[in-house]
Order: sequence, then structure tokens, then C-alpha cells
Amino acid sequence: MSPTASSPAAPTAPRRKRSVVRALLRLWPYVYPARVRVFSAAAVAVVAASMGLVMPLVLKWMVDGPVADGDTGGVWLGGLVLLLVGLAEALLFGLRRWLVARPLARVEANMRDAIYRHLQRLPVTFHDRWPTGQLLSRATGDLQLLRMFLAFGLTFLIVNSATILIGFGVLLSQDWTLGLVLVLPVVPLIVLCALFEQRFSVVARRAQDQMGDLTTVVEESILGIRIIKGFGRHRSQARAFKLLSGELRDTEMRKARLLAAIWLVILALPELFLGAALVLGVSQVADGQLTAGTLVAFMATAMVLRWPVESMGFLLALCNEAATATDRYFEVLDTEIPDEPGGRAAAEAPRPAGPPDGPRPDAPPGDGLRLEDVVFRYPDAPPDAPPVLDGVTLHVRTGETMALVGATGSGKTTLLALLPRLHEVTSGRITLDGVDTATLSRAEVRERIAMAFEEPTLFSASVGENVLMGGEDADEAELARALRVSQADGFVRALPEGLETEVGEQGLSLSGGQRQRLALARAVVGRPRFLVLDDPLSALDVHTEARVEAALREVLVGTTALVVAHRPSTVQLADRVALLSEGRVAAVGTHTALLRENAEYRRLMTGESQLSGGRTQSSPSGGPLTAPSRSA
Amino acid sequence: MTTSVTGQDTDHDDDRRPDEAPLPAGAGGSDEPFEPIDTADAYTDDRLPTPKGASRRLLLSLLRPHRARVALAAVLLLAQQAAVQAVPLLVAYAIDSGVPALRDDDNGPLIAIAVAYLLCALGAGVLQSFFILISARVNQSVLLDLRGRIYRHAQALSLDFHDRYTSGRLISRSTSDVQSLRELLNEGLQEMLLILVSLTYIGGLLFYLDVGLGAAALVSFVPLALLVRSYRRRSAEKFDERSTAIAAVIVKFTETVNGIRPVKAFRREKANDASFDRLNRHHERINGDTIMEMCRFVVLSRLIAAVAVAGIVLWGAQRVRAGDMELGALAAGALYIRRLYDPLDRFAMLLNSYQAAVASLHKISGLLAQRPDVPEPEAPAPLPERPADRPGREVVFEDVRFAYRTGGDVLPRFRLTLAAGETTALVGATGAGKSTLAKLLARFYDPTEGRVLLDGTDLRQLTTTELRRGVVMVTQEAFLFSGTVAENIALGKPDASPEEIEAAARAIGAHDFIAELPDGYATDVRKRGGRISAGQRQLVAFARVLLANPAVVILDEATSSLDIPGERAVQDAMVTVLRDRTALVIAHRLSTVEIADRVLVMEQGRVVEDGAPADLVAGTGRFSDLHRAWRESLA
Repeated sequence: MSPTASSPAAPTAPRRKRSVVRALLRLWPYVYPARVRVFSAAAVAVVAASMGLVMPLVLKWMVDGPVADGDTGGVWLGGLVLLLVGLAEALLFGLRRWLVARPLARVEANMRDAIYRHLQRLPVTFHDRWPTGQLLSRATGDLQLLRMFLAFGLTFLIVNSATILIGFGVLLSQDWTLGLVLVLPVVPLIVLCALFEQRFSVVARRAQDQMGDLTTVVEESILGIRIIKGFGRHRSQARAFKLLSGELRDTEMRKARLLAAIWLVILALPELFLGAALVLGVSQVADGQLTAGTLVAFMATAMVLRWPVESMGFLLALCNEAATATDRYFEVLDTEIPDEPGGRAAAEAPRPAGPPDGPRPDAPPGDGLRLEDVVFRYPDAPPDAPPVLDGVTLHVRTGETMALVGATGSGKTTLLALLPRLHEVTSGRITLDGVDTATLSRAEVRERIAMAFEEPTLFSASVGENVLMGGEDADEAELARALRVSQADGFVRALPEGLETEVGEQGLSLSGGQRQRLALARAVVGRPRFLVLDDPLSALDVHTEARVEAALREVLVGTTALVVAHRPSTVQLADRVALLSEGRVAAVGTHTALLRENAEYRRLMTGESQLSGGRTQSSPSGGPLTAPSRSA
Repeated sequence: MTTSVTGQDTDHDDDRRPDEAPLPAGAGGSDEPFEPIDTADAYTDDRLPTPKGASRRLLLSLLRPHRARVALAAVLLLAQQAAVQAVPLLVAYAIDSGVPALRDDDNGPLIAIAVAYLLCALGAGVLQSFFILISARVNQSVLLDLRGRIYRHAQALSLDFHDRYTSGRLISRSTSDVQSLRELLNEGLQEMLLILVSLTYIGGLLFYLDVGLGAAALVSFVPLALLVRSYRRRSAEKFDERSTAIAAVIVKFTETVNGIRPVKAFRREKANDASFDRLNRHHERINGDTIMEMCRFVVLSRLIAAVAVAGIVLWGAQRVRAGDMELGALAAGALYIRRLYDPLDRFAMLLNSYQAAVASLHKISGLLAQRPDVPEPEAPAPLPERPADRPGREVVFEDVRFAYRTGGDVLPRFRLTLAAGETTALVGATGAGKSTLAKLLARFYDPTEGRVLLDGTDLRQLTTTELRRGVVMVTQEAFLFSGTVAENIALGKPDASPEEIEAAARAIGAHDFIAELPDGYATDVRKRGGRISAGQRQLVAFARVLLANPAVVILDEATSSLDIPGERAVQDAMVTVLRDRTALVIAHRLSTVEIADRVLVMEQGRVVEDGAPADLVAGTGRFSDLHRAWRESLA
């Protein structure tokens, strides 16, 4: 909110000594497929530029020769040459653009694809750290900038450099003393440009990062709109927006000031030396060392070079911004995807217990789900912080349903996230039917475990597709069964297009309860061998909950399941209950046994709190708040 | 919400037909799940109704406050161009006058030339620098203004709109579409002026040299103008498609990144790769199309120019032979004609960014043209002073009816008074109209008929600020904004001191867990509160309300369940929040209902039972049944 304090700025990669060239060279693998076209385009641009130089010569020849002499044939010939040169030039201009148009659009798209793919495979911890806006600005704005750089910046950098070199050659050959005068400012120019580059790159980078921060604020204020509306206006968010956009403007103004300075240099410095050359030339002409015609030709050539030299200013700026964009892009792409220890090795190794593709209820009995001394600490947590999970050992037998109960913040949701390896255990191991999940690829683990999250997310797709995400080869009957289990068949049928109704970001918005039921259907549709549910009935009203529970019970009979439960009613689904407390499993047993024997469990389930040591015990604030749930 | 068409499922009771106009129906809460399909289609198309010429008007309205600066920038640029264009004259003067004078040992003219050249060189540089600074100021102010307008407008639009327009598109509007304008502004003004200057300058010279030449050059602009028109027409369409295409890419991108956990758990990576690739390739193709349009324009315009140059020179040659024109005029004119078409390339680029910006501005102005469903009052009234001894404010629904524009009452006409300081629980099946009632009080919608009065003042007469001082609604979502915990609490009162924030947290029972966080109140909640549990987030939400201290609070109780102590903590907190206020709670829990002074049971938009909880339990009505089911669920 306060951008200075929180500055959602991306964690910056360790700063090596930055080099524009090195940064831009990293684009090469992406440009490689388009290399022929890109360089042909540059070559064409050089030829087209020379055509531009030929035109005046032809005109001059025509006027001085055939027109002056009244040579009709010559005039027509000259006209024809003029026309042809013009047409050739036009076609070359087009050719240059045509050559790079689609290939560079492709380069941009490929790079966007690459970053998207990479992001999907980066660990959840990465996403926890990086705001969406920062990622988005890399995948859109930065890439557009890179395409522009490749299409124009690079080409003209080459063309203009070539023109300048050739031009200087011509100047020196015309008159080397005058030529030398013009060469003099080159060194200071290069030094000044280098200085400029250094300073500009810092500011350019800042501007791009600030853009990312701004995008983040915009995104959040749109995603959190309901809360903002409830409180009128989110003033600190609005202030953050104002501050950030103001800062962005200030940074842009600093960019402009630097640009103004470099333009001043680039425009004035060569011109001053050109003036000196003119004065010198005039005196040479007066002395008879030089013909007036040569001086005119010299000055004309020098003026042709004016544009290429001037353009260096913005080309440098563009290069710089492109380099920064490249840096930003690769900050994401360089973040390594944790390797798959199991991956191929496990695929080649003989499959351990349980056929991988047919985990049906009638599958051979296995070892179930086991957690052995699992410790978990967020990778970015300070080293002295206590681990979230501190030695969890738990065994869910095949076909058994285990409820996971624990106080708020005891680590239940974190524990669930470890099972499909959304996070990696810090130490200890998790086995599925005796196989250490660390030896399997993530895809394999997730294939075996189906999950329903506390916050049900639907994707922009049809209802049917959303449910079938849980089991791609499930058939119609399976789908219908899953919807029945989650009691979603009724409302789905009533949707405007039934199963085909589009939901998610781009479609119909469903209520929380409806979303939760679809998410539950998604979890059970593939008849997974292992089912992990995070409080799957929380958003349902009492009646629906009872119906879902009844149907779910049947599914759970043949499935190894771990269910986070908050209410006694959800616990009733389970055969046994594990109590998670302070990062460990404090007790395992049946609901009744635990209720009898375990004080903390009793407190969690019934609210009876005569016992001391309750962590989240709230101060009795009086009022009519008698626990309504004593009946248990 | 009038009748239940499904019968079987209580969640779905919406009988709106797909052909209805955009409706003031909220799909954000848990109650009203659907929206009309035709608008959904319109939104899929990413097109909002936009009045004609809106994008140009928007651009002008953005530039208008900076008229003076724009004019100054133009003058600077003209002066700069004069300095640049003077150089060839100086060369000519040097050779014509400087050389002979020098031969006569007169250094005067040469010194004059040197000084003039020095001035021109410095002038060109300095003027250019100033121009850059001034135009950058204009550009950045315009962008700042536009970003702010989009931001504020998006905040003002109804939830209903947000549900349909999707966040990705809004983000796209305020990022990639603004970027298009930025590109136009960056080079636009300068390019446009340079082109104009060069055209006027060269055109003028041509007329000066020979009227015929000038006229011929003028004629050659006719086909060029036609070409520009055709390009604009063709490219407008493409740019519009492109802006839609990139928005689709952005939507997919944000959806994936925001839902990364389920994406991974359900191994959606490959499927997402494929669908993202499809959107991305679509954008690539359209993007390529726009570049090709530009390419086509460049080639054609150059061809026209080539023909024109050759034609004019030949015609000139004929006239010279016929004695209608001086040879010198042709010699000079021929060179100038060539230069007349030099800016074509730059003009094409300018036109290109103009078209892109217009397409984006079109989309933005479509967004800005959306009127908020609940307009600000024209003559705002203040809330009457609240007597110090009286808690809360009285709420009266006076003959209120709420219906969609095409008919179909959601809430048939009713009258309801909520006494000041009383807590009223709303219960009923999903879709009974509870949310709608609550949202009328929060003024997320206005009633179709009747008035909602707060201590006798119509909600419609209150400014947003005044309204939110009086009425705050806490929705189910426990969204945390990035920033610290303290900042998240201070949302209810931005200028709150740290002490006030802590006091609110203590009162709510959130202090303990916050103190245990790594940095206490200064802990960054990170991206969407990843590490703060649902129960804790609810406590933060309550602390917000306590700090905001409204007279009326509307609570859409979160349905996600907590463990019993967590629920206890939330219950305690709720009691604290509701105390001494008028409260309307959409209750999902028995325990919540039991702390209410009064319970309203709703069914199909009507209040069917009304009374104290104990009385209703004792009775034989719906609430009594519901109560029994609740108790059983807790067993």
C-alpha cells in the first residue's frame, strides 16, 4: 500500500556489472530463427539508404546535362532512371518491413510463450514473492519494447553506423584536413554517450520497475474491489496509486532531462565542428587551396550525415531500454525451476506398488499415505523462525479417511500443500503406497493426488471442462457421478447452457457455494487413489452440506483421503482424526476417543475451554455468547 | 430472484432471460449467481458501447489543460527548425560572400558566418533540449491524468460491472492501452510538427521557385491523402482487434498466475500452454497484420512519391524546353521535390502510432463512458448529527421495491425499519434476496422504487465519503492488499495512528497473532495474504470496521468455516464490532443468529418471519426448522 515501505518491486537479482551489449546478446537464441530475415532487412535498409543518396545525383545529372542541353532523349532517359530508382527505393523500403514484420512478431510471441511456460513451472514460493503486475509488465510491455527495438532500433543502429562510417570515408577522401576537423568530436561524443548510457540505464530500469509496481496496485485494487467498495474508498490504495504514478512521472521526467542533455550534445557538438570546417574551408577556398565546388560537395555530404548522427541519441536510449527490458525478462527466466529428482529416473525404474494409471477403488491394497518426520519451513523465512511443520509423522491407511484438525494457523493448509508437492518438504519424507514422492516427478505425484482447495478457483472454461480437469479420461458417466456427489448436478443443469456454460474470469460468476461444489466434483471425478480436501464444505448451507456429506461418504469408502475439518460434522466423514498442534501431530484417534481423551481436541471441537494453555483462547467478552454447540 | 426455476437446488433461482439488458444485479456475493448472457457476449467481444468520436474527444480533453505548453513546445520546435534550416543558407552565403570578401582581406563576413553558425548550432541543440523537456512534461501529465481517470473510474463502477468486465481487461486497459498512447505522445507531437514544418518550408520554396512546380507538388498529395484514408480505415480495424487480442492474453496470464496452486495441483500446465499459445499466436497474427498494413502503406506512398517526382521533373524539363521555366528553378526545384516526400516514412510511423493509440483510446473511452449505477448526488446532504447517547442510526426501507430493468421483482415492495443500535440477522436460503437487501443498504444499488433512509436521510443524497462514514459493508472475501498488516487494518481509517490500529486489533482479539508475526504490525502480508489464515483474515477485516467506526455495519458473514476456537474468536470479535451500532448480518451460523436482537427469515424476496431469535425458535416456522438442522450439524 505504501509503495515506499512495501514497494512490491520484484526482488532484484544480484546485480552484476551491467552491460547493454551483454544483456542484448541474450536475446540471440530468440532472434536466431529470424536471423536471416533480420540481417537481410538491415542489408536492404543499407541499399535503400544508398538509393536515397543516388537520387540527388541523378537529378543533378539530369538538370546539368540533358535539360540544360535540351536533349529530349536524355531527359526521357533521366526521367526513366529517376522513376526506376524511386520505385526500387519504395520496394526496398517495403521489403525491409515485410522481411521482419511477421518473424519479429513471432519472436515477441515466442518470448511471451516462454515466460508463461516458465512461470507455470516455477514453484509456488516464487509466485508468493512476485506480484502479478511485475510479471505481467514483463510479459507485455517489456516484450513489445523488445520487438520495436529489434524491428527499428537494431536495424537503424546498423544502417546509421554504416552510413556514418561510409560518410566519414567520403568526407576524408574529399578533403582530409576538413574531414579531420569533423572526426575530432567523435571521441568526446563517444565518451559523453557512454556516460549518458550509464546514467540513463539506471533511470530506465527504475521506470520499468515502477511501471510494474503501478500495475500491481491497479491489479489489487481491481481484485479487492468488493472490500474497497464496502469501505467507500481505499484511500491508502488510492494514495499508493497516486504516489506511484507520480513517481513514475518523475522518473520519466528524469529520463527526459537526460535525453535533453544528450540531444543537446549530439545536435550541437558535431554542428560546431561543422561550422569550424566551414570557416576553415572558406579560408582555404579564398587561398585557392580548395575549389568552391569541393567545399559545397563536402558540406552537402556532411549534412546528409546529420540525421544518422542525430538519430544516435534516441537509438542509444532505445538500446538501453531494450537492454533493461531484457534484464527484467531474464530475471524471471533465469529463476530456476527446481529439478525433478524423480522425473525420468522414476519413469524408467520399475513401477512400485500400485499401477500408476488405474488407481481405482478396487486397486490392490497399498501402504496408503505416510508422512515421516516432515519438517517444513518457508524457504524465504528467516533461519531462526520456528518451522511451520516440525516433525509431522502420520499414516493414512489405504482406503481410510483421516480428518486433520488443528487450531487456526497450526499448519493444516501448509501440510496439504506438501502432499502434491506445491511446496517441498524441508526434511523428512512423504510416501504414497510406499513410494517417496520426492522420487516421483511432480506431475506423477499430482496425477495420484486430487485436491480441493479452501478457496475454490474456477478457470475460464466451461463447467464440464472445469470439472474434467480433475480426470482427463473420465467419461460422461463419471462426470455425472462427480456432479452428483458434490450436489452440483441440479444447479449445473439449470445454468443457461448446462455443462457448456462458460465460467471463470471470462464467464458466468457463480456463488462461493457453487464454486466449492464444482471444485469438489473436480477432485473426485478422476476417482483418485488419494484425495486431499481442504475444508470442502465450508461455503455450503446446512442443507446442502448434509446432502454432499452423504454422497461424499460413499466416495470416501474406497479412497485414501486426508480432509481438513473445522466442524464436527465434517469430522464425521473420517474414520480417524489427526490433531495438528504446534507443527506436530499431537494425537491420532477416533473422534469419540479424542473427544474423551484430548483436551485440546475437545476445545477445538466443542469450544469447551476450561483447560489452560489454549493458544487462541479469546478473552471472554461476555455478551450473549453461550456456545451453541454444547450438544456434542 | 423471484421464482426458483430449478426447484432442486437452492443456489440457483435466477430466472432472468438471456435477452436482458445490463442489470444492476450483483454476482459478487453469494446470492445472485448469474448475469445475462448477451452482455457476457458483449464483454467477451471486449467492446463496450462507445459514442462516436469518443476517442478523439478523450485525447483532446487530455491535452486541453496543457494547451499553453503544447503551443510553447510548437514554437520552440519551429525556432529549432529555423536554426537547423538556416545552415544551408549560411553555407551558400559563405561561398557567395565570404570567399570573395576574404580574398579582399575582409574577415568581417567570415566572422559573421562563424558567429551565426555557432548560434545556429547551439540554438538547435538548446531549443531541442527545451522542447524535449516541455513535451515530456505534457506527455507525462497526460498519461498521469489518463491513468488516474481509468483508476478512479474503475473504482467508481459498480461491482456488477466488475464481475462482468473481468479484472484482466481492466488491467489491460490501464497498462497496455495507456502504453499505446504513450508511444504516440512520445514522438507524436515532435514528428507532426517536423513534418508540417518541412512540408510548409519546402512547399513554400517550390511555389517561390515556380508556381507550376508548387501546384504540381500539391496535386501529388491528392492520391497520398486517399491512401492515408484507406490505411486509416483498414488499420483501425486491425488495431482494434490487436488491443482485444492482447487483452485476452493478459486475462489468461493473470488468471494463471493468480490461480497457480490449482493450476499445479491439477497439472493444467500443458493445457494452459496450449490455450495460452493459441491466444498468443492469435495476437501474433493480428500484430503481424498491423505491421503489414503499415508496410503496405509505406510501399504505396513511396511508389506514389516516386511517380510524382519523375513526373514533375519530366514536366519541368518540358517547360524549360518550351521556355516557360528557368533552368535554375528546375535545378533547385528538382532537389526540393525529392525532399518534399522525405518525411513520408516518418509520417507513416506517426500515423501508425496514432491509429494504435486511437484504437486503445476507443476502448478506454468505452470504459470511461460506463456510468456508475449509483451516481453521486448533485446536491449532497450531510447526515444529521448523531446524539452522543444513542448508538447507531435508524435505517428505514420505505416502500422499497427492487427489480431488474426488464421487470421481475427481486424484492417486491416492502417496508422495514431497523432500530438504531439493534442487530438484525438475515437468514434464508441462497437466493432469497438477503444480499440484495444488504446491498441496497450499502448502496451498491439503488432501489427501483422507494427510498432507503438513514436517520431520515435518503442514501442517494449522501456523498460516498459521507455514506461510508455512516455505512460500512464487510463482504465475505478476506482479501488482503499487499502492504503491512497495519495498513490493511487502517483501510477503515487511513489516518489512524499506530496506537489506534493496535487498539482496534486488541479489541478484536487479533493482536496476539499479529504480534507473533515476524515483523508484527509491519509484516508484509505479501501477495494476497498467502500466509495469514482465513480466520485471521476475518479478524483483520473486523479490525478494519472497528477502526472505521461506522454507525451502521452490514456483515455478509463468511461461510468458510473456522475451527470452533477460531469461530469463537470471530464471534467475540463480531460482538465487539456490532456493539453500539445498527447492524445487519447475513447469517450463516447459528451462533451468529443467537447474538442478534432480531431475526428476519427471507424467502423469495419477502420477509416471511420476523422476531426475536428465542421466539422464532419456540415457534413452528421455517426458522425453527432451520435451527434444528443447525443444531444437528453441530452434533
